Amino acid sequence: MLGLTKRDTALFAIVVAMVVFAPFILNPFPAASPMAQFNAGYPDLMQRFLIFGIFAIGFNILFGLTGYLSFGHAAFLGTGSYAGVWMFKLLSMNVLPAIVIAVVVAGLFSVLIGYISLRRSGIYFSILTLAFAQMSYALAYSVLTPITNGETGLQLSLNDPRILDGAAAADGSLPVPNFFGIEMRSSTELYFGGWEFTLNAGYYLCAVFMIAAFYVSIRIFRSPFGMMLRAVKSNQQRMNYTGLNSRPYTLAAFVISGMFAGLAGGLLVAMDPLAGAERMQWTRSGEVVLMTILGGMGTLIGPVLGAGLIKYLENILSKINDSILHQWFSLFPDGLSDFLVFIVHPFIGKGWNLTLGLVFMLVVIFLPGGLVQGGQKIAALFRRRKPDQPVSVKHPAE
Amino acid sequence: MGILEVNNVSKRFGGLKALDNVNLNVMENTVHAIIGPNGAGKSTLLNCLIGKLMPDTGSVMFDGQSVLGRKPHEINQMGISRVFQTPEIFGDLTVFENVMIPIFAKRDGAFALHAFSRVLNDADIVMRTEAMLEDVDMQDKRHANAASLSRGDKRRLEMAMCLSQQPKLLLLDEPTAGMARADTNNTIDLLKEIKASRDITMCIIEHDMHVVFSLAERITVLAQGTPLVEDTPENIKGHPKVREAYLGEAQV
Repeated sequence: MLGLTKRDTALFAIVVAMVVFAPFILNPFPAASPMAQFNAGYPDLMQRFLIFGIFAIGFNILFGLTGYLSFGHAAFLGTGSYAGVWMFKLLSMNVLPAIVIAVVVAGLFSVLIGYISLRRSGIYFSILTLAFAQMSYALAYSVLTPITNGETGLQLSLNDPRILDGAAAADGSLPVPNFFGIEMRSSTELYFGGWEFTLNAGYYLCAVFMIAAFYVSIRIFRSPFGMMLRAVKSNQQRMNYTGLNSRPYTLAAFVISGMFAGLAGGLLVAMDPLAGAERMQWTRSGEVVLMTILGGMGTLIGPVLGAGLIKYLENILSKINDSILHQWFSLFPDGLSDFLVFIVHPFIGKGWNLTLGLVFMLVVIFLPGGLVQGGQKIAALFRRRKPDQPVSVKHPAE
Repeated sequence: MGILEVNNVSKRFGGLKALDNVNLNVMENTVHAIIGPNGAGKSTLLNCLIGKLMPDTGSVMFDGQSVLGRKPHEINQMGISRVFQTPEIFGDLTVFENVMIPIFAKRDGAFALHAFSRVLNDADIVMRTEAMLEDVDMQDKRHANAASLSRGDKRRLEMAMCLSQQPKLLLLDEPTAGMARADTNNTIDLLKEIKASRDITMCIIEHDMHVVFSLAERITVLAQGTPLVEDTPENIKGHPKVREAYLGEAQV
């Protein structure tokens, strides 16, 4: 179906189902229960799952297939965001032109950076991309203030021309991003008993783009182009002596992943029309590397899982504070409960990065193939219980 | 006129003269061996032919065109394939993919952006890959990861990759280095089979005299960067200068 093999179609169908039903799947606890703080089914976070999923899917096309580790992909995320906000300011509050231009501008920017950086490989490539991204960050923060509005960040104002649909909304306030009239922030609330589910327009717009991005990624993985990219990673010398020019292959992969990052940047501002320079900072570039490795580099679904896990930890753990901990441990005697709070305290709230670091270490040490390898190991355990079934051969790209 | 003509090629590495005025003429459809003791400049010469090194002086003409200054992939596209001393294959890819890639390169050129078609839907490529694997008798290992093959199979796979491009000239850099006698003999048989079944010129660098004298039709002896003699295997065996420079220390 859709030009995919049976296996890939099944994977694609699962991803589509997960994305469509995420508002339900991610809200397993009733709204009033104490566990409700672990619910991830609110629009803001779900949008981020998808947007950073797209970012990581694109990054994986470069890093997972060719092995070129870019440390500067946040530059494209930021470029896409700025381009998107400018479209809102100049043209219209419709998200479509903003997203399209975000992809195009990030693509052009990645041609420039890729063309120069790809003259080197290995650590030198990583450092070059990092240097370019930090330069972009510094420029956006200071010199390019007329375009980026510096520290404050680029935002909408009532003075913007917005030539297609006017500066202000009907009531004189700032207009909000919409898709041909459907406002991105509009939501429908559903109540089933104690459960609350939010179906958000912006989320489903992201879902369409994320599903399309995932589909493109499957097609690339299974195409001759994808095979050539894996050949680059495997043995570039042999590739060159086989009559293939590896440079345009790596550049194409770099630009494709840059455009995915631009799409993610465009979607970020479509959900919240504000772009700041910190979106280009190296920590953002590092985050997407973590997402890809955590989920499983070079696998189709891995980057999406990694992005989901990191964004979940970031948003859920950072909300937990000491008073919540005291509630949890209130069963224990006073001294013990204080002690437990003392132990757990560094891992929550602002310390969520510490938890992420621990998770990352555990994954890298015990599951070098990421969460996907973990899933495969569990699947293999179940398979071993039925001796008449052959143990499946590990598919190279899954 | 030969298919490969090397004229007055010299190459210096600092104070060391690796190649000194080398002239070499490889005739079409022959097996030409280049022998010589360690440090004679055999590998340097080969590297000059495939664009890995740029000689200081002289010219290298292949099929009437100069190869100097061209990138490795351009030289390959002219019709020169190379088998390396340690097999250079795509270790992370399957045997089948390893053979497909050179066929793609031959058909579609140095770069083609087929990002949306499925690899296995390309019937033409798949058919040619199947045929090539059959030629080298590796169909049963098609799904194996190339890195998991034995040394002999890696060599076989690398030759299949080179041959699948139907090169006019096949360069072999010590194809039997580090092999057991049985594997060496298999390689000799494979090369003989290849030579018998198609129009191909081969240029072999080899240390093992057994291999050289079973395959070569012409032999060039290189010593200290200059060719000593070029002749048929029979004459080389008896040549006094060669015995002195090289064969004296190895058994024939």
